[in-house]
Amino acid sequence: MGGTGGPDKLIVNGKRLDSRKLDELRPLTIKAGTIPNAEGSCELQMGETKVIAAVYGPKEVLPRHLEESDRAYLSAYYDMAAFSTTDRCRPGPDRRSKEIAKVMRDALAASIILEKYPRTSIAVYVEVINANAGTRCAAITAAAVALADAGIEMRDMPIGVAGGKADDTVILDLDNQEDNFGQADVPLAILPRTKEISLLQMDGHLTKDEIKTIFSMCSKASDNIQKAQKEALLAKYGREKNE
Amino acid sequence: MSNSLKDYTCKLLEKNMREDGRKPMDFREISIENNPIKNANGSARVKLGDTEVIVGIKLDVGSPYSDSPESGVLISSAELTPIASVDFEPGPPRERAIELARVTDRAIRESKVIDFNKLCITPKEKIWMVFLDIYPINDDGNLFDAAVIGAVAALYNTVFPKYDEKEEKVLHKELTKTKLPLSCKPIMCTFYKIEDKYILDANAREKSISDCRVSIGTLDKKTVCAMQKGGEGTVTSEEILDLISEAFKRGDEVRKLIK
Repeated sequence: MGGTGGPDKLIVNGKRLDSRKLDELRPLTIKAGTIPNAEGSCELQMGETKVIAAVYGPKEVLPRHLEESDRAYLSAYYDMAAFSTTDRCRPGPDRRSKEIAKVMRDALAASIILEKYPRTSIAVYVEVINANAGTRCAAITAAAVALADAGIEMRDMPIGVAGGKADDTVILDLDNQEDNFGQADVPLAILPRTKEISLLQMDGHLTKDEIKTIFSMCSKASDNIQKAQKEALLAKYGREKNE
Repeated sequence: MSNSLKDYTCKLLEKNMREDGRKPMDFREISIENNPIKNANGSARVKLGDTEVIVGIKLDVGSPYSDSPESGVLISSAELTPIASVDFEPGPPRERAIELARVTDRAIRESKVIDFNKLCITPKEKIWMVFLDIYPINDDGNLFDAAVIGAVAALYNTVFPKYDEKEEKVLHKELTKTKLPLSCKPIMCTFYKIEDKYILDANAREKSISDCRVSIGTLDKKTVCAMQKGGEGTVTSEEILDLISEAFKRGDEVRKLIK
């Protein structure tokens, strides 16, 4: 945010530097069931951001004292591969990835019917293998597909998407340049059916009207993202059903 | 389960067969995707059957060790992230991750595939550091061989970023076309011992009933560059010599797959 040394303009004639429209998502590809070892898994690419999600569980709770008698214990883990950023990042969890794991866990917990799985644990793991902004949003979209792939019951499949501002203009799904040299970033997780928000963060400067625009842009985008999620699951399971 | 599986596997091995239809000295199907990671200087994604590994190379400028003031350095690490197996837990690298990184490191380093003397920028002051990072995506046994194939393929894909000598800064976003100074392709073959028989490239089920393993790295059809035994069982020198011949033969087949 507000970095120096960036391009003079991020938006020219209503188009962004990668020629997207203001409310256009980056190309999104989702594949379900990519990790044979996991109960559920997903690989997602959003522009140049690439993440892999895996779900293990419901399984035994370890350590034992974390077990809850009326609901599943949900844990989430977010990690960036050392080569995923332009400057190599140190392997292993840091403060940023711990915070993202926490907000991601809470965002997913809002949609999972945890009461269905008492005395078990469900673990969601996300590995970012190439980062170009929006990794936490990509992580949530991918984790939701992995959870569905694992057969975990959910109220709705949540999606992650970010809105923001660059060159005094509200935009959708920021890439790295827009994130670094823009004016604001608002990552959201949305339950598309009810449009409830389960993750909300923001940094930068925005007016109330701008936030309202971002909410409506993201809410519209949530349907398209969920469509891609469903297509990924249909690609894996749909054919079997028809046979 | 392990006893019955072991008996069954041994019976199959008597007939030169394995559960998944392979011969004892066969690798699983190998596929290599070059440069899947845009932000890395070089990368490769390797599948060995259901075992899958991504290896990425990043280059940076640092200061040399005082005992080798004119040579670059290689720093290898592996993270066994929990996406790849129910046995892996989040957190700092433990024994298994450290062993995987070190075995891979040795195969690369001892093979002298990288000409470290050409990685010197200013003697005693500045050299290129090669970071090699290994990330298993799915562990179905034999991460070692997959990691070495990935490491070699990734090294061959690697290009230098620009270095601004005046500002003394690496411009990570600006890649040159200059490739790493490389000379050969080390390949690791890991053999698992079950009773008195050996199999190449064990999957997770086979690994679970094995007594020990021997990894042998080769450079070509006549040079061994690394060896490592793991596990509690014992091996004889005759067995090792036989495995070395096998490693020469099988290693050469794999070497041809790396562009």
